[in-house]
This record gives sequence, structure tokens and C-alpha cells, in this order.
Amino acid sequence: MSAATPAGRRRWIGATGIASLAIALAFLAAWEFAVGAFAVPSYIVPAPSRILAAFQRGIERQIYWPHLQATIEAMVVGYAIGTSLGIVLGALIAEFRTVERIVYPYIVSLQSLPKIALAPLFVMWFGYGLTSKVVTVALICFFPLVVNTITGLLSAQRDRLDMVRTMTATRWQLFWHVKLPSAAGHIFAGLQVAVVLSLIGALVAEFVGADRGLGNLIQISQGNMDTPGVFAVLVILAVIGMAATGAVRFVHRRVVFWESHRAGPHASDLS
Amino acid sequence: MARADAHAPQQSPDPARGGIRIRGLAVDYQTPQGVLRAVDGVDLDVAPGAFVAILGPSGCGKSTILRVLAGLQRPAAGDAAIGGAAVVGPRRDIGVVFQDPTLLPWKTVFQNVCLPGRIMGLPRAGYEARARELLALVGLGDFAGYYPGQLSGGMRQRVGIARGLLHDPAVLLMDEPFGALDAMTREQMNMEILRIWAATGKTVVFITHSISEAALLSDRIVVLSPRPGRVIEIIENALARPRTMDMMATPEFGRMTGHLRGLFNVAGALE
Repeated sequence: MSAATPAGRRRWIGATGIASLAIALAFLAAWEFAVGAFAVPSYIVPAPSRILAAFQRGIERQIYWPHLQATIEAMVVGYAIGTSLGIVLGALIAEFRTVERIVYPYIVSLQSLPKIALAPLFVMWFGYGLTSKVVTVALICFFPLVVNTITGLLSAQRDRLDMVRTMTATRWQLFWHVKLPSAAGHIFAGLQVAVVLSLIGALVAEFVGADRGLGNLIQISQGNMDTPGVFAVLVILAVIGMAATGAVRFVHRRVVFWESHRAGPHASDLS
Repeated sequence: MARADAHAPQQSPDPARGGIRIRGLAVDYQTPQGVLRAVDGVDLDVAPGAFVAILGPSGCGKSTILRVLAGLQRPAAGDAAIGGAAVVGPRRDIGVVFQDPTLLPWKTVFQNVCLPGRIMGLPRAGYEARARELLALVGLGDFAGYYPGQLSGGMRQRVGIARGLLHDPAVLLMDEPFGALDAMTREQMNMEILRIWAATGKTVVFITHSISEAALLSDRIVVLSPRPGRVIEIIENALARPRTMDMMATPEFGRMTGHLRGLFNVAGALE
């Protein structure tokens, strides 16, 4: 009887999927029509067909690849560095009172600072290349992971900690067997937030000053009054954002499997 | 590992192991409203291999006594010793089973049962073989690869018991282990624990607030008063072994539970 629920639910999602696709198509059709009907100039709001044409032209001229590569590279490297450092510092703060007392006040005050505002400084310090972008992305990804790692590690259930303590566990064993897995859900929530922020960070760093990247390409297109070209890049950015978020969500479900939907048959259903 | 003298478990092979001695035990808890004395002046002796029930109303500090024996709670006064050695922290000669089985949801049943062996750094082949034996003993031989989330409450508690026995402790401390189970499962588990006790010859300290459970299982019943917990009376349980559910209908059983209920009425714990 419980088998009916997931199948029914999937069908329901399928129906809503079709509905939301229909809404998107209707929206694009209305857009296309409105732009033509009201004679909106292409440099203000281009019709979807113009955006598609711009995108095709861009692909034919192979302008996207180096920019795409540069943005993704900054995102991935900055994300990896920023989130790793965030998890490590969060763990140190949660585990050691001394570290907490020394470091945490700075973390709290820095957290309210818009990190993006530092991007111009990084360009001055590290130049127009990859480094300044990586630093911006890493900085913006760092804080959510610090905070979520601390919250997660402190969320470990007292009963579970006590139980493993009775087995004569060392502090490191408690961390590894109980606290870290308890924190995994929170850490992944932080990783989800950070993946969106990493794209923003890369874009802003490229706006501020970079020799390559999709942010750079947006500025070039804007400078040429090529609004369809700007929109084409926006579509690429949306796809990157969705793909990256989806990838993190996929890994999240795989790693923290015990918090998501229960997989496999429930033994009490069998008896 | 399996002892042949299944019907004479009181004769532990090594009398130095597993005896418990508590003298003048008092435990305080710090609360926002001030110091709360949970347990006061408790003396208790448990012979190696005996099954002792600690019976008392909710909040009488019976779990506190168990936490002291498990090395999780420091006494304010008095001391506790197991096997002749004072309890100063978690140690290897005890196994603990809480009311909530506190299994780790990210580990399989087998990994959960193996955890004490891993934590204590025992030889892997040895504890893995023993984990399989114990899972068979508690009737879960086919569920080694399942995750706790896939099991029923009774099955999870059996896993908890198997885990408590993994490192072959002389003493098994059980804190209302069947309190969260439905009545039928609970009766089944009562018989199960007697069988396991007979097969392993451990000293068992069994915390409960169920009069009939205490009377059915134990050699001796230690009756505690409401907070602060003091020993009102220690009752030698004369019921023959092996025990069966049918014994609950005997006049002997009725007299004992009637007497226990009377003690609580005098202490004002029951309406």
C-alpha cells in the first residue's frame, strides 16, 4: 500500500512539470508577441527569437568557450578553497573554546560586511587574472560554511555522544563517528548556499576587472549595445547555476542518505 | 564465548569481574534555579552475574545512578566501583543500553554493533565475528546490512543490546531499554533479555519504572524513593528460574508486585 504513494507522487510531479513548461512557453510567446506589437527596440528588450539568434551567432564565432572556461574555473577553484577553509575553521571553532574566543568575534563582525565590496581591492592586489576572482569567490563561500559547520557540529545529539563516550571514545573518535556525520546535513546546506554565491562572486569579480569570463563578456556586449548578446550570456549563467546547484544536491542526497527519503524496503513492512 | 551453564548464570566464571559496589552515592545537577540533588545516600551491592532491577517513579534519579556507573556523571559524594576498581570514567568492562537505542543512522546495523570494537581498537576479525554471533543471538542475523531507519523500534533495541555486548563486558547497564516499546514487543523483549542473560552470564543492572517488569526479570529489586532518590527497600526476588510470562499469574508474583506498589503508595509516588 505504501508503494502506491511514490508512484502517485511521481505522476503528480509529471503533471505539474508539464504545467510549468507550458507556462514558460506561454511567457516566451507573450514576450515575443509584445516586443513585436509594441515595437520595443532590440537594445532595450530583445525578443526571444533575437536572443536565440545571438546565441547561435556566438556559438558559430566560438566566443563563449574561453569566457565560460574562465568563469567556471574561478568558481570551482574558489569554491573548493573557500568551502574547505570554512569547514576546517568551523570545526576548529566548534571543537576548541580557545579558538572560538579568539576568532569568533571577528567572524561575526566580518560576516555582516558585504564581501563583494572587497572585489575591487583584490583586483588591485592580484591583477586581472584568475587569482583575484578565486580570492573573491573563496571569501564569499567561506562564511556560510563556517557558520553551518559550527551549527552542525553542535547539533550532535547528546544521547549519541554519551553512548559513544561509554565505549571509551577519544575526542577525535567522537568527532569522526558522531559529530561530523551529525553535521553533514548542515554542511551540505552551506555548500548549497555557497554554490550560488560562488557564481555571484565570479561574476562580480569579472565586472570589477578581469581579462576574461562571462561577466567580462556581459560588459563587452553591453558596451556594444548588444542587448541580445547580454541576454544570451544570462541564459548560459542560468544553466551554470542550475547545473551546479543540481550537482551539489545530488551529492548531498548520496552522502547524507539517512536524512533524505528512506531508500529500500522498510523491514517492519516485511514482517 | 557462549557459556554452557545457561540455567546457572549466577555463577560467573570470574567472580572478580562484574561485581558492583556503591557507597553513600549522591549526585547533584546544576540547574538555573540552583543545585538539584537527584540521588542521595545510595548504597548498593551487586554480585557478579546477578540481575538487579532498580525500580522507581519517574524522576527519582535511577538513570542518574546508571550514568554514574557508566562513567558519564561524577558523583557529588560517595563512590561507585565495578569489579573492585572505582569508576572514574567510561571503561571497557561495561556495556550500556539506553532507552533510546541511539544507533547511528549513518552506519548499518553491522557497523553499529561493531562500533565499540572499533572505538576500543580491538582486533577487527575478532569483533566482526562476534558481531555476527550477537546479531544471530538477538534474532537479527539477516539484517546486518540494513540501516537503523529501516528497522522497527523493537529491532533497533535488539541491535542496541547486541552492541552493548560486543566487547564482552562483565556488566550490562540497561536504562529502561524497553520503555519506548509497545506492550507486546516489550513482553517479547523481556523474555529475550532473560535468554541473552542466561546465555552470556553478565551482571545486569536494569533500570525500570515498571513494577511487573522488575519482578519478572530480576534477582533483586532495589526500590528508590521520589527525588532525591534514596533506597527505600531491597527485595530478594524468590521467583524460580527460568522465568516465564505465565509466572505473572501466580499468587507469589501478585504478592511481590502488591508489596512494591504499597511501597510507592507510602512514598507518595503513585496516586
